[in-house]
Amino acid sequence: FPGLADVSISQDIPVEGEITVPVGSHSPDEDYSTLDEPVKDTIMRDLKAVGKKFVHVMYPRKSSALLRDWDLWGPLVLCVSLALMLQGGSADSKDDGGPQFAEVFVLIWFGAVVITLNSKLLGGTISFFQSLCVLGYCVMPLTVAMLVCRLVLLAGAGTVSFVIRLLVVGAMFGWSTLASTAFLADSQPPNRKALVVYPIFLFYFVISWMILTFTPQ
Amino acid sequence: MATADDLKFQEFDDAANLLAANPDATTISIDEPVEIPKNQHSRLQEPGREEDDELLGTDDSDKTELLAGQKKSAPFWTFEYYQTFFDVDTYQVLDRIKGSVFPVPGKNFVRLYIRSNPDLYGPFWICATLVFTIAVSGNLSNFFIHLGKPTYHYVPEFRKVSIAATTIYAYAWLVPLALWGFLMWRNSKVMNIVSYSFLEIVCVYGYSLFIYIPTAVLWIIPQRVVRWVLVVFSLCLSGSVLVMTFWPAVRDDNRRIAVATVATILLLHALLAVGCLAYFFDAPELDIPAPIIPAHNSTS
Repeated sequence: FPGLADVSISQDIPVEGEITVPVGSHSPDEDYSTLDEPVKDTIMRDLKAVGKKFVHVMYPRKSSALLRDWDLWGPLVLCVSLALMLQGGSADSKDDGGPQFAEVFVLIWFGAVVITLNSKLLGGTISFFQSLCVLGYCVMPLTVAMLVCRLVLLAGAGTVSFVIRLLVVGAMFGWSTLASTAFLADSQPPNRKALVVYPIFLFYFVISWMILTFTPQ
Repeated sequence: MATADDLKFQEFDDAANLLAANPDATTISIDEPVEIPKNQHSRLQEPGREEDDELLGTDDSDKTELLAGQKKSAPFWTFEYYQTFFDVDTYQVLDRIKGSVFPVPGKNFVRLYIRSNPDLYGPFWICATLVFTIAVSGNLSNFFIHLGKPTYHYVPEFRKVSIAATTIYAYAWLVPLALWGFLMWRNSKVMNIVSYSFLEIVCVYGYSLFIYIPTAVLWIIPQRVVRWVLVVFSLCLSGSVLVMTFWPAVRDDNRRIAVATVATILLLHALLAVGCLAYFFDAPELDIPAPIIPAHNSTS
């Protein structure tokens, strides 16, 4: 290499050093590797996320946390507990009683999917699972109403208990609808908002009807 | 050599200012190209079909012919294809519902309201509402009728929701399919002026079912006379929408076939109403509105 003939290294500059890169404590891979943490941490992190979303539903403000970090654990827990609480109703031999467990489950999930598809077809900008997440979490007031109804029915099944149940279910139905509308309405085109809100209203109305007509044996 | 000023970025002036500086400059304007074909088409129309004009609403059908070519260009396996069936605004849906409840005599629902923009939102959600309204009203009505009887135990009757859903959705999709097939078959034999696409027929049927929603709510009243008056009234309204839509499509055909088709449409519609009333609503045993008094004289 003739061009390199006149390149020379001065004798007093040491050419030495470390080849290996020191392992820092904040390399990017460490943050995503949750394999080494205790199981308690993993579970608590998810539980905290679910709990935070429950709080968001109780005090519906336009926060993006519910939308951004969607998860379906909360809706699953709510749906299963609601369907379980709707069992044990009057089961005649004619088999004409309340909804079966599978019917409640299918109604809630299929209904949520249909509403999400409806809002996306109408031009909504929300993603599929985000919408499912919101609709599922907003079933929480109605689950609370179901709990209250069962407790009231333990005390008696007369007219007074019916009036109390009607008021409680009505209030929770309004809360559910308002909470889900608060989260979902912004992502819809402005001249189609009513078209998107009406199916949500129908969905929670049907669930409220199932809760209200629950009669113990 | 260009000066530094020439090389600096210069904002484009407003078009008016630029033209004021140089009035003779050539300009290009880009307009919507719909004006010319409209005039040509109206000159080609036959003079003798006035009643068709009224029913077709031809003052706007020119635009609909042009618009019809621009829709539904996405292939059917993409999401955008199905979005074209939901291209309606709130006021359009409300207008269509209004048009189905207050039919204007002589005006065709399809040409007046749908105008080559059939939507699936209305039929689907009207059917869903109707399913739940009938199930809930039937349950409530049975509750009030049997209230006070010592042997009565209230049941929510959730089974009936699935039966109602199957019936109503089958009616709203299969009957239009059969009717569309029949009209296509007749169209191949007799040249009809008016023909509808499958989605337009589904749309008409879906919106014509809307009147049954308040009817189902009013069926809670446990009076036989009231219920039958409601049946006849709602049948007249929604039946007239269907008749005025489909009469122009079969009018050019053999007289007997045309009458038979319209009669079948009305018969199926009546069958739906009467069937729902008979199955979901128990017969009121008393003819006086006193559900609290236990019925001593009624036989079980």
